[in-house]
Amino acid sequence: MAKIDSRPSEMGMRTEQLTGRTQEVFFSVEESANLTYPWASDVDFEKHTKIDAQDGSASEINQRIRTLMEEGYGSISILNPGAKHSLGVGILSRLSLRFEGSLGYFGCGLLDGPNVVVTGRVGWSCAENMMAGTVVIEKNAGSTFGAAIRGGDLVCRGDVGSRTGINQKGGTIIVGGRTGAFSGFMMQRGRMVILGDAGKNLGDSMYDGTIYVGGKIADLGVDAVEGDLTEFDCEWLKRKLNLYGMEVSNGVENMTKIVSGKQLWNYDNLEPSEKKLVL
Amino acid sequence: MCGIAGLIHREKSSDVGGELTSMLQALKHRGPDSTGFALYGKPSNSECVMRFKLAEQEDLKKGFQIHDDVKERQAEVDRRMEEMGVRLTKKEVVTEYACRYRFTFDGEMKRLADYLEDVEDVEILSIGHGLELIKDLGDANTVSAQYDLSGFEGTHAIGHTRMATESDVDIRSAHPYWAYPFNDISVVHNGQLTNYWSFRREMERRGHRFVSNCDSELIAVYIADRIDQGDDLEAAMERSIEELDGVFTYVVATEDKLGMAKDVMAAKPMVLYESDEFVALASEEVAIRSIFPHEIDTYDPYEGEVRVWQR
Repeated sequence: MAKIDSRPSEMGMRTEQLTGRTQEVFFSVEESANLTYPWASDVDFEKHTKIDAQDGSASEINQRIRTLMEEGYGSISILNPGAKHSLGVGILSRLSLRFEGSLGYFGCGLLDGPNVVVTGRVGWSCAENMMAGTVVIEKNAGSTFGAAIRGGDLVCRGDVGSRTGINQKGGTIIVGGRTGAFSGFMMQRGRMVILGDAGKNLGDSMYDGTIYVGGKIADLGVDAVEGDLTEFDCEWLKRKLNLYGMEVSNGVENMTKIVSGKQLWNYDNLEPSEKKLVL
Repeated sequence: MCGIAGLIHREKSSDVGGELTSMLQALKHRGPDSTGFALYGKPSNSECVMRFKLAEQEDLKKGFQIHDDVKERQAEVDRRMEEMGVRLTKKEVVTEYACRYRFTFDGEMKRLADYLEDVEDVEILSIGHGLELIKDLGDANTVSAQYDLSGFEGTHAIGHTRMATESDVDIRSAHPYWAYPFNDISVVHNGQLTNYWSFRREMERRGHRFVSNCDSELIAVYIADRIDQGDDLEAAMERSIEELDGVFTYVVATEDKLGMAKDVMAAKPMVLYESDEFVALASEEVAIRSIFPHEIDTYDPYEGEVRVWQR
């Protein structure tokens, strides 16, 4: 376990003590460390197979993926996912997984390491609680996209619904189009990049983390404030977007950076008049 | 939780009964208690279609007398219709407790509806030139088979699978709701209205009647009331976003339109597919996929969004 005791306090957090096997890569300055784990299963990425999901239930398809991984398959394509719910969940190892079509709700949840591509759309709560890996959605996504993710990269090339990255605790969420209301609600760590417009109450009650917006912001939520976009931000944005072949129409230099005003942290200690100012 | 769905063909009629059955069956897991259909067939300017029930399904299990009672209620409905000058053109007893009548009538529809509903336990589910509203206990396939809905030719339809949370498991509390006594307006809803009672009392003071304690019924009455006051459908729905409080997504249909609205919190799901010829919407994409097995582009409407499509 990497020593992380000092990092929370450096970020202004007072009491949080992070534990768990994935926590050591949360704050890694090395980008690649957020994508894979050294203890991942030994699968062969050259070994490829396909599954037709037309007639299978979610649990049958997920179990089939697990079995194939145990057999060493490192590259699996799922045909005809048919917007079924809860497909591709709980994969805790390296894997190249491709869904040829759309997923329903709770797709790709609880991931810890795989690289996933969905050629269609995803429903609500895609990649919820993702620990590490990458998930790339080629079309649109529903609400609560990337809820409580803790690591990895979650990318949607199209538009995304409301409450994107609610309770985000790490990792990166990239939205190619617009997002709905309450995106970044109660965000705690990590980064969110919105290339299009952001809906109402952006970053409401966010504790920490950073949101970058390329388009218009309908309005900011409680305790979300505009921060200074630095050279480091621009460099990071270019590098990250380049990974997925994405770019901002106005250039990353013209993006708006949103951070926490960090007033709610100390809410209980504020004077009544100060509380009014926060809210 | 509840599941809602709707579809509209813009340039033709189709088997909307079969299509909506497939969509609602795919949403069964969102609510298995009851299923309802509001189907819009080819409208007739001269003729009306009335769907009504004579008892709750579960009433039929309570003793032998109920079977005679149901027959007497139907006879009384027939007698009152004749008394009001209604010219019946077709009578169908679809189930023992549910009927479908076609008729022509030149008088005031509300007076007729009030008079018929005055018969004990009779509830009019819908009256319209195109609308036929069917709802009963069970999943979509069960209700569709019971009422022979597969093959129902029409232009648009909305439907609902109900997970009973705030009112009973019975036909009265099942969706869709008809906007009594306004022809051809129906509503399905997923969510909770938190200002239901205060709004209901206001509507009741304005003379509207409610048959259930289900908050969804308020939306149907509200929309009909706004249209009655001169709003078009879209304006009425826009206003509902401001005035109705709570979390909701609802779908409304009129004789020639289909609309959807989502509250400002966007807390209830809706997925949309739209092409030049056809629009389908549902709580989950899997419902749309039940009639479009191939890949299609879908999206979520945003918070506070109102959309209306014409057939």
